Amino acid sequence: MTTQALWTYVCPLTAIVPNTGVCAKVGREQVAVFRLVSPQGEDEAVHALGQWDPRSQANVLSRGLLGDINGVAVVASPVYKNHYALETGACLEDESLSVPVFPVRVAEGQIFVGRRPADGA
Amino acid sequence: MDFFLGADMKKRVILAGHGMVGQKFLEQLAERAGDWQVEVLCEEPRPAYDRVHLTSYFSGSSAEQLSLTPPDFFANTGYALNLGEAVVAIDREAKTVRSSLGRVLPYDLLVLATGSYPFVPPLPGKERPHCLVYRTIEDLEAIKASAVGARSGTVIGGGLLGLEAAKALKDLGLATQVVEFAPRLMAVQIDELGGRLLRRKIEALGVAVHTQKNSTDIVDGEQGRHRLRFADGSHLDTDLILFSAGIRPRDELARSSGLAVGERGGIVIDNHCRSSDPSIYAIGECALWEKKIYGLVAPGYQMAEVAAATIADAAAPAQFQGADMSTKLKLMGVDVASIGDAHGATVDALNYVYSDEVAGIYKKLVVSGDQKRLLGAVLVGEAADYGNLLQFALNGIALPAHPEELILPAREGGAKKGLGVELLPDSATICSCNNVSKGALCSAVAEGCTSLGALKKCTKAGTSCGGCAALVKQVLDAELKAQGFSISNHLCEHFPHSRQELFHLVKLGGLKSFDAVLLKHGQGRGCDICKPTVASILASVWNEHILKPRHAAIQDSNDYYLANLQKDGSYSVVPRIPGGEITPEKLIVIGQVAQRYGLYTKITGGQRIDLFGARVEQLPLIWKALVDAGFESGHAYGKSMRTVKSCVGSTWCRYGVQDSVGMAIRLEHRYRGLRSPHKIKLAVSGCTRECAEAQGKDVGVIATEKGWNLYVSGNGGMKPRHASLLATDLDDASLVQYIDRFLMFYIRTADRLQRTSTWLDNLEGGIDYVKKVVLEDSLGIAAELETEMQGLVDTYECEWKKAINDEQTLKRFRHFVNSAEPDANIQFVDERGQIRPARAAEKITETVA
Ligand code: SRM
Ligand SMILES: Cc1cc2nc3c(=O)[nH]c(=O)nc-3n(C[C@H](O)[C@H](O)[C@H](O)COP(=O)(O)OP(=O)(O)OC[C@H]3O[C@@H](n4cnc5c(N)ncnc54)[C@H](O)[C@@H]3O)c2cc1C
Ligand code: SF4
Ligand code: FES
Repeated sequence: MTTQALWTYVCPLTAIVPNTGVCAKVGREQVAVFRLVSPQGEDEAVHALGQWDPRSQANVLSRGLLGDINGVAVVASPVYKNHYALETGACLEDESLSVPVFPVRVAEGQIFVGRRPADGA
Repeated sequence: MDFFLGADMKKRVILAGHGMVGQKFLEQLAERAGDWQVEVLCEEPRPAYDRVHLTSYFSGSSAEQLSLTPPDFFANTGYALNLGEAVVAIDREAKTVRSSLGRVLPYDLLVLATGSYPFVPPLPGKERPHCLVYRTIEDLEAIKASAVGARSGTVIGGGLLGLEAAKALKDLGLATQVVEFAPRLMAVQIDELGGRLLRRKIEALGVAVHTQKNSTDIVDGEQGRHRLRFADGSHLDTDLILFSAGIRPRDELARSSGLAVGERGGIVIDNHCRSSDPSIYAIGECALWEKKIYGLVAPGYQMAEVAAATIADAAAPAQFQGADMSTKLKLMGVDVASIGDAHGATVDALNYVYSDEVAGIYKKLVVSGDQKRLLGAVLVGEAADYGNLLQFALNGIALPAHPEELILPAREGGAKKGLGVELLPDSATICSCNNVSKGALCSAVAEGCTSLGALKKCTKAGTSCGGCAALVKQVLDAELKAQGFSISNHLCEHFPHSRQELFHLVKLGGLKSFDAVLLKHGQGRGCDICKPTVASILASVWNEHILKPRHAAIQDSNDYYLANLQKDGSYSVVPRIPGGEITPEKLIVIGQVAQRYGLYTKITGGQRIDLFGARVEQLPLIWKALVDAGFESGHAYGKSMRTVKSCVGSTWCRYGVQDSVGMAIRLEHRYRGLRSPHKIKLAVSGCTRECAEAQGKDVGVIATEKGWNLYVSGNGGMKPRHASLLATDLDDASLVQYIDRFLMFYIRTADRLQRTSTWLDNLEGGIDYVKKVVLEDSLGIAAELETEMQGLVDTYECEWKKAINDEQTLKRFRHFVNSAEPDANIQFVDERGQIRPARAAEKITETVA
């Protein structure tokens, strides 16, 4: 049993168009990686959530629009437009739904995604 | 008995009867402070269920669906429920009850909610098998069993319940008859004319109605199991008889224990629902209040509340003050409603009557002598006004100067005068079944119940008889409107502007990117509402290409991938087929492309061909093949001009008077790619037969001998609207000129996601105003609108042609950024020779190593 995160290389930060997402393969999992940029053009954060939208049952979250709702940064699922918080993965409209959050590291302009902590081994 | 020894200080409440009202009482008691030891004795084998919707048991509802008792109600409250155990005697001296299982239980307070039983008239032969009643689920099961092998059924009693029962028999496939003693149906609730119409409607549904029939006995039949004989010497043969001749309160416990009962039955109660013994309460259909038995659930619910409040706090001011007996029902699909003094029994009462025997509608208003107040009403055939009228009657709201307008049908042009819900006081009861006031609804909306579903769930309004549903919706809408008023028509939390305002700000400020608009006029990051709206405005104002990287982050997913996302994450491909005209060569190409990529093909409702099941990485390859063969994007993914539908027109059709295909193609080429607040559809028909259905389109063109008639703001879809005629007998050039002006005016002024139909319906002045702007240039902007449109026409580019030739854009079209693999979750199976998305159970999951 190891809890050490295994980091998977995704892509250079600049490969993601500001305020959009891409889908990365991390181990066997599909992960949506989003690049948040301020309206002034400064990079703010990179977030990683599961690509699987539990509401529509499809691997689509990286294709959703980014935004904020009452100050909470979210992605809107492109299928039924339900929102997931980028920080926590919680669905704003339906508390019974959520998506996993993955650790992200940006080093020298390169993005890495870690295995999700809850995974255990 | 150790029961007594172990008894603690808790007050013991025993409830006899767990019907609709009994359960409501328990819920009300559980909501109040107080430590009770509650024991429920329920004669039926199952906890309380919805008797009002009993008939739906025949149309497929299960006993579980009818249940009114939340699954963990008794676990949560600690109340004890004893199914299949009735109270058989009360010892008021000892304050105990004896149960049918022989148990003796002490009580401090006893609540009788024993309901009523169906009255069976003392006809000789009434005990024969297949002579049944209709009140419990067990009764329904008996009816179902008896219907096996039966061909016909007869209901004795043509009141509300009798007609309900007749529907049940009909649903079971029996030839159904209704026998009524009175001269008309539903004599209690509706008047003679209304009853006559109801009878006609019910007969038209295939149920025979016999009024003024006095049944004498039941004997063996020749054409059926029974023969029902009447006093006039006639008879009727039938296989099954259902008695529905009224209800009688179940007051037997009260009688045997010496409580006061009414002359014709019913346990006498005071305003606190107490019987003549202050330790015993009676509520629901077994109770008699001011000599009245209420055979409806709403008054019972009110009694339940009053009893619970009094028990919880003896000083509680809650009092039962009588209840309204108005009802609205759908009897075999026929709307019937009765309000207040339906028979005009009040002195000086005056009637307004509207009767349309063609459409089968009857409406009557009973008003006070001074014509200021509504006393009662009868509605048959159409009861949409029920909610409004009920509010007039219940709240004594002053009637309009011409009360008849409340029941006269709306004429074209003039909107029907209703009662604005704004006029109602907060105390007005909107849902009488669940006693929900307007004020309660409004506070629930304020607390966040902003959808009908949420509002119903949280207040229970509209969840019983459903008669108030329309009114609940009106209150919701009015409340939302009132609340939205403070934030007015703001697009979303990021922009304190309407779409229309933003359009002008973008144009006047020369703003060309979302970030620029956000920094200047908005706040926060934006969201999935304002981003696509601004993208659409930028496209309409500047024809800024949606593929530009700086617009990438604000496009709706469909626009970003230039294709329509399907439920499984795959996409559809719709090439433009202008006017629906296509060469065999092009048809073959579509077929070949579909074959090569294994796509599902379907002819759309818009006269073109949709190819489904493309994975994101296949889109550029598919489009390369299509573009090479001369196809263009069909913009099925955008809020943009979709299709121009055409009929074959004068070229081939013997009736055609103009070349409709030619005009359709011309229009489609002109407006292709046009971005707009919502999608836009056009059609051109070659003559008045209208085979292209142009009057259902945003812009519809119909050929005349002299040119073209131009229709606008038609809609199919969710709320069909016939297009309005804008101009007649136009030549080709003025047709195009007017369409330019019309469309640009719509694009400038409409709200986000507002089709031309709703836009026009909400536009002050309506079609006459649009006529002035478009035909007479009343705003002096016609030239501007035309120039703007011409600018868009001149800068049109096929989005797909551009995309497949741009390295940067092509990078979007892969599922993984770090792997070339496709999405393994997109899987298909075969159906009718083509693919369809695999259902969850059909999918093959990756095996875990
Ligand atoms: C493919 C098609 C059904 C078909 O197999 O025939 C279709 C499919 C869809 N329609 Fe439609 N509509 C199609 C013709 C129609 C028509 C008939 C027509 O155009 O003559 C109508 C009624 C006419 C009208 O629009 O007034 C129609 C009224 C709607 C509506 C209701 C619009 C309204 O204002 O009431 C929606 C929902 C919306 O747009 O908000 C809708 C939405 C949709 C969407 C976009 C739903 C979605 O978001 O996934 C479907 C996308 C299909 C796809 O992925 O390609 N579709 N849809 C038709 C495509 C026509 C085409 O060639 O482009
Ligand atoms: C087919 C049908 C359609 C209806 N449609 C409508 C409608 O559209 N609108 C409307 O407002 N109303 C309607 N009603 C009437 C409505 O169902 C009643 O008003 C309501 O059920 C009364 O509730 P209650 O609790 O007083 O009586 P019930 O629901 O009858 O409950 C009484 C319960 O007490 C039990 N019981 C009796 N004696 C004892 C005892 N000694 N010990 C223990 N348990 C006992 C009975 O078995 C029963 O379960 C309809 C009724 C029927 C049958
Ligand atoms: S609308 Fe007229 S011209 Fe067109 S196909 Fe129908 S009948 Fe022929
Ligand atoms: S009035 Fe019956 S559900 Fe509201």
